[in-house]
Amino acid sequence: MRSRSLPYLLIAPASLLLAVLFLWPLAQTALLAFRAPGPLGTDVWSLAHIGRMVGDFDFHSALYNTLGLVVVVVPLQFVLALTMANMLRHIRAGRSLVLWIWSIPLGISDLAAGLVWLAILSERGYLNTVLQAVGIISGPRSWLTYETPGVLFAAIVATELWRATAIVLVILVAGLDMIPREYAEAAEVFGATPWQRFRRVTLPLLRPSIQTALILRTVLAFEMFATVVAIGGRNFPVLASKAYDWQYFDQNTGVAAAYALVIMAAAIAATLVYLRLLRSPEHAR
Amino acid sequence: MTPIRLLPRLAPACAVAALALAAPRPAAAAEPVWLSTQLRPIEEAQHVRTVILKDSPVKADFIADQPSSFTVRVEAEAKTGHHVVSLLGALHGELEPFVPLGLLQPLDGLVPRLAADKIPNSLMQLGKFGTQHQYYIPWMQATYIMAANRKALPYLPKGASLDHLTYGQLEQWAAAIHKATGRRLLGFPAGPSGLMHRFFEGYLYPAYTGGVVTTFRSPDAVKMWETFRRLWAQVNPNSTSYGFMQEPLLSGDVWIAFDHVARLQDAFRKRPQDFVAFPAPSGPEGLAYMPVVAGLAIPKGAPHPKQAAALIEYLSKPSTQILTLKTSSFFPADAVPTPTDLEPGLKAEGDAVAKMLAAPDAKPALLPVGLGAKGGEFDKIFLDTFQLIVLRHEAPEAVLKREGEAMQRILNDVHARCWAPDPPSSGTCQVN
Repeated sequence: MRSRSLPYLLIAPASLLLAVLFLWPLAQTALLAFRAPGPLGTDVWSLAHIGRMVGDFDFHSALYNTLGLVVVVVPLQFVLALTMANMLRHIRAGRSLVLWIWSIPLGISDLAAGLVWLAILSERGYLNTVLQAVGIISGPRSWLTYETPGVLFAAIVATELWRATAIVLVILVAGLDMIPREYAEAAEVFGATPWQRFRRVTLPLLRPSIQTALILRTVLAFEMFATVVAIGGRNFPVLASKAYDWQYFDQNTGVAAAYALVIMAAAIAATLVYLRLLRSPEHAR
Repeated sequence: MTPIRLLPRLAPACAVAALALAAPRPAAAAEPVWLSTQLRPIEEAQHVRTVILKDSPVKADFIADQPSSFTVRVEAEAKTGHHVVSLLGALHGELEPFVPLGLLQPLDGLVPRLAADKIPNSLMQLGKFGTQHQYYIPWMQATYIMAANRKALPYLPKGASLDHLTYGQLEQWAAAIHKATGRRLLGFPAGPSGLMHRFFEGYLYPAYTGGVVTTFRSPDAVKMWETFRRLWAQVNPNSTSYGFMQEPLLSGDVWIAFDHVARLQDAFRKRPQDFVAFPAPSGPEGLAYMPVVAGLAIPKGAPHPKQAAALIEYLSKPSTQILTLKTSSFFPADAVPTPTDLEPGLKAEGDAVAKMLAAPDAKPALLPVGLGAKGGEFDKIFLDTFQLIVLRHEAPEAVLKREGEAMQRILNDVHARCWAPDPPSSGTCQVN
């Protein structure tokens, strides 16, 4: 009896902590988003905050900007990380050193990463200094204003690639290391080309790691905040920055909570899609 | 997930902590207690205690507190009848909610005794909140002014004077600089931490339409936005990232800027020889400006009303006002001559403020009054309107109609009456 209840006793503290610090605030957020003052002054169930959010002129820009970033950044990071992880496989000496250098950005906070790229791209930043030195531009040029939305978008994508590809890389490297070399060798014996070996052997075996990496990365991409704010400010609204604006500047917690729910819904939807698309076949589990 | 989730949870905890810290002291104090939302930073508060109050005829116990707990405390003392505080020092908008609740003592008897201090009538009137009685005595003030790099001065349009600039001349000036240098060097604090909304609420709107709320979507307002959109073509596009204009002024990215005196101070302190300060431009309805006024008031039931009144008299004296000026980024409420031993940068700002207040067509426009927690959403209306009309080139009429409705909803929610420069209203202020 004791042995049967023991596992539950052991996971109880963690579950309780998660419930208190995650589920409870989550319920509160939902309440904040769906309760508004009614005609009698007391709070009633209402879609008023959702209406305010959707009716706000910046809502659609924030939604499209966020989706745009996710759609561009996540696949790019995935391809980059997969390539880098495969390159690592062929390195013998100094492999740890290379991996260590490649994962340095992991240790940098997203705000710091944003500020690094801001220092490069701002009017008096390093990029303009270099361009001016080689004579491409004659004076400081502004790259990150509302007049240059394309550059702004590209700058944020570059920052995210620089900052967060490492997390995908680390997961994929761990996944690749777990695949026994015998599979590839066997395929080679049967005359498979390197591309066939990668496509037919490595990728399917890597599927669980790919799933984890994509879910983690996509969820984080929907929550992108500090890098975007550092580089784009109000010129490039995203869902998380709108939530922040509504909470701090406009002082309307209800609408801020509604934005938080949209971010959560998007993250859950993406997770479900990945779980379904990248399901490991029954016999392989 | 995002930190937003945590905020509503943290706020009450902070409030409780703040209340605990501000717990009333025993009422037996022989010295009057002076509770203030201003001069809160520790050095400033210490300066009040050790310098300003040193030569005061009345000793007082100076306590600085957050605006939110200030309100809670004053209301709690009135409700329980357990009065500890004798003197209040706070911004106009922080004292205003106490007036309809009848928590402030009229100070009409004190006004004649302050005549020698020459507090301008326009400021004194603010302390009446549109009633017959004087509820606070103006204590100190701040405002928003213009600053320019001396390099910009040669491009001033012919016949224009820095001290009496119009918005039209500002546009010509910036255009001349643009033409000569190829750069747009006029700047506004329109970034996330900037105070651009105050420019619309206190400067542009009243200068062009004579009001803020009532005239929000008037034909004058449409014309104003069209004019401002044209002026924006001369504005540095990085303006939507600027918070404190002292930074782009110092870096040379901007030559002409508008901002709060405290947010320009660094430029004037670090390189006083490079910058000039001057009043805000004027429009068809006059030189509108937004005074940020702090006042001194005595709560009803105060344990030491006489000493508190004596303290107000002492704090209003020109010599005390100058001591206060040296402590903070606020300027005297009195018409005191700027002291000669003042830092040159601070003096430049002070002179510009004095000129603006003394302008014959000066038109003070108050910070929004009575909006409470809806203040942020009210500011958003102006920022959204600006975004849509100026940055996204939407038709002003349609935007103003939609945003005007949103503004009316906010005013209805809190039953806010009109504030200057809009004419006083009997009920909720109406967007015409």
